[in-house]
Amino acid sequence: MKAKDIAELLDEPACTHNKKSKSGCAKPKPGASAGGCAFDGAQIALLPIVDVAHIVHGPIACAGSSWDNRGTRSSGPTLYRIGMTTDLTEQDIVMGRGEKRLFHSIKQAIEDYNPPAVFIYNTCVPALVGDDIGAVCKAAEEKWGVPVVPVDAAGFYGTKNLGNRIAGESMVKYVIGSREPDPLPEHTKKLPYKIHDVNLVGEYNIAGEFWHVLPLLDELGIRVLCTLSGDARFREVQTMHRAEVNMMVCSKAMINVARKLNESYGTPWFEGSFYGITDTSKALRDFARVINDPDLTQRTEALIEREEARIRQELIPWKERLAGKRVLLYTGGVKSWSVISAMQDLGMVVVATGTSKSTEEDKERIRQLMGEDTKMIEGGSPKELLDIVKEYRADILIAGGRSMYTAIKARLPFLDINQEREFGYAGYQGMLELVRQLALTLESPVWEQAKRGSPWRSTGKSQLASVAAAG
Amino acid sequence: MTEIIKRNKALSVSPLKASAPVGASLAFLGINNAIPMMHGSQGCTAFGKVFFVRHFREPIPLQTTAMDQVSSVMGADDNIVEGLKNLCEKSRPALIGLPSTGLAETQGADMKGAVKKFRDQYPEYNAVKVIPVNTPDFTGCLETGFAAAVYAMIDQLVPEADAAKTKPGNRRRQVNLIVSAMLTPGDVETIKEIIEDFGLRPVAIPDLSDSLDGHLTEDSFSPLTIGGMPVNEFETLGDSIATLTIGPSMYKSAELLHKRTAVPDYRFDHLMGLENMDRFIQALHDISGQQVPETYDRQRSQLQDAMLDTHFMLGQVRFAMAGDADLVKAYSDFVVGMGSEVVVAVVPSKGEAMKAIPAQDVKIGDLEDLEQLAAERQANIVIGSSHAVASAQRLGVPIIRAGFPQYDLIGGYQRCWVGYRSSRQTLFEMANILLSNNHHHEVKPYLSPLAQKPEYRLEVA
Repeated sequence: MKAKDIAELLDEPACTHNKKSKSGCAKPKPGASAGGCAFDGAQIALLPIVDVAHIVHGPIACAGSSWDNRGTRSSGPTLYRIGMTTDLTEQDIVMGRGEKRLFHSIKQAIEDYNPPAVFIYNTCVPALVGDDIGAVCKAAEEKWGVPVVPVDAAGFYGTKNLGNRIAGESMVKYVIGSREPDPLPEHTKKLPYKIHDVNLVGEYNIAGEFWHVLPLLDELGIRVLCTLSGDARFREVQTMHRAEVNMMVCSKAMINVARKLNESYGTPWFEGSFYGITDTSKALRDFARVINDPDLTQRTEALIEREEARIRQELIPWKERLAGKRVLLYTGGVKSWSVISAMQDLGMVVVATGTSKSTEEDKERIRQLMGEDTKMIEGGSPKELLDIVKEYRADILIAGGRSMYTAIKARLPFLDINQEREFGYAGYQGMLELVRQLALTLESPVWEQAKRGSPWRSTGKSQLASVAAAG
Repeated sequence: MTEIIKRNKALSVSPLKASAPVGASLAFLGINNAIPMMHGSQGCTAFGKVFFVRHFREPIPLQTTAMDQVSSVMGADDNIVEGLKNLCEKSRPALIGLPSTGLAETQGADMKGAVKKFRDQYPEYNAVKVIPVNTPDFTGCLETGFAAAVYAMIDQLVPEADAAKTKPGNRRRQVNLIVSAMLTPGDVETIKEIIEDFGLRPVAIPDLSDSLDGHLTEDSFSPLTIGGMPVNEFETLGDSIATLTIGPSMYKSAELLHKRTAVPDYRFDHLMGLENMDRFIQALHDISGQQVPETYDRQRSQLQDAMLDTHFMLGQVRFAMAGDADLVKAYSDFVVGMGSEVVVAVVPSKGEAMKAIPAQDVKIGDLEDLEQLAAERQANIVIGSSHAVASAQRLGVPIIRAGFPQYDLIGGYQRCWVGYRSSRQTLFEMANILLSNNHHHEVKPYLSPLAQKPEYRLEVA
């Protein structure tokens, strides 16, 4: 990828980073950086397209350390869970055989797995030695008649966030708009309301959580042309240009997709989240608002009323157990505010939140939710984090899997909120799983036991006496 | 307090209970050069033998007084005399255990009288200890029979301190270790090793870790036990510096031994999990006056770490367990300490530990009860013997095998559950089983009829 293209991707007019403090897109600092690379971001954004053969072009470290490492679920094909890489050797690199190996790899993937499309992820080494993956993809596509999409996202191009955008860019450039949507199913013709087409961008169906939400959209007559990319099929991505509205779910990462679809096809978009009761309801309302169909608005309100009443009833016993518990939220970007509302729905107190990946807009929302004097955590060494836990008397840390053992070693209850998690928290129904997991760790008797020192190392006399001596 | 739900149906279906004479025999099998002889019909022994052979995968010395039609009616006391004589003649055991059975007790056997008659008739075998114990199978279960046999041995073999001139602490490094039937030979072996690490010499009563641990010997055949607690050690128990008792079913024996010898008495419900092990190590520290070896601090902190790592998988898990009361108490304490719930606890008959089991209620019943309650209360995992495997399969939940008998896997008898290290291993095992069976939390795929996913329509059609 040319420097010009990278610069163009970094310039995201729809993103507030462009004007204000660029904390999220800051340059990584050698020796003091955490977080993934552009390749990581690109792969993570597209891997949930479940029927595609995802080939990582590079030596083993890129795919070897990351394949099948995601909590996203499929309702059908499972090709996405098969790791594919060109696994370049020294010989390949020295002799310049990388392109040839890639070409044959594509052939092998198509012949063995018959995918509807092949995605090629470029990585640092082939990018550096100058493999022209665009040309290879084109040649392969012509030869075998299967779409082969280059995702040029070498790690050194930039951060994970940039990788997300590169992934989105590839979809916009090579996939979206290459097929018209399927006609509506027969049964919908008899329905008394109109079906509206939408997309969800940045929804990854972690642990299948989107299946908590999708039935509600169905009920409202909202057809999801595609979720980019949870449980998606290639043929769905192709039709994304025909949506009436796009929802950016819980992430600005692929904001460029929403913007470009808006520029090219005039599709309006809004940002929302399915975490928590408040936000789920808001997202549903926003669909109705943007689509602007009075009948839909009315049915949406009725559904929200019914669902909210039901879930609030079911949450009552849990709220009693969780209310007043102090939460330290340490997670990136949009989740820093979307999860806050879920916690507040439960009567929990969010004492501080991480904002290292948040935009100015995100921070503004945090202030709205939590008040002006909210502690925002910019840095992120484990030590600092634990100091804040102590200072703010947090009862639980909610963060990504990477921070898990920081918490555990400090004997602090923990909830995993990132993509590797095994439980689905989205939608009204997801709240029940969320409270169960919160209570599970908060109320666990192991914390007290883990804090206990060896009795024989404590000073003072043993409290233990034989039965006889005591009696 | 835990509610005890009594047996409320006529038929016992998929019985959980193993009989008291079998339990008593097991206790005698932990004595060196010994053989149990059940006073009953041949079948009592034959079934007991198969039960043990399948569990331990060892030859099991077990004899019978072979009551027949005539002796069952006319009196079988002579069978005892003859049986004892034959055993002494043939293999000169150090000890013969004599558990009674339902048949013998119903008939009204006078085992003590018969033993006296044997002594009178065959004084040449006076050195052979004979321990009669009343264990009809219509009372109690394996655990109570085992406890009764140990009680009987202490009662009949440990002399009064005054008469024998024993004194607590005469043997400064010797500790008595009274173990319950819930402990495997592997458990006893581990406990002994831990005690030895404090420079102490444990005398396990009985010592299955020396007889039924599955080891090869020089001799290819022995009609008697090939290891276990030496009989003459009973006379030295009064000289020990302390008695450690593991398992509530053995507390009565502990009390008797204490009454007779005045040796200080320490009791532990079990040795699974942090709390009980802490008490145990502290006790050894106090008794020996020795520093706690650092390896236990390390093992302890490893267990603590494992507890934190596995609480995510074990928290709120709903356990259903069936076994003798000591066993169910131990496992319940262990998993409740991890944030799990014991939603079903079934014991075959009353036991000391029953009321202290941390469950809402304890059912005295069978494996059908286990299965029905587990289904009703939506248990996620079962703990029980091999007999409970079929129940677990029908419930569609995983099982961890514990207790008697374990015939569908090898090495259950040597599995160690006690101590910091094994507690940690058990946590890993439970967590892994739950991880690979974690289907109940998965969100069910929702197939939208509107979706552009043609394969859905294929599935519908």
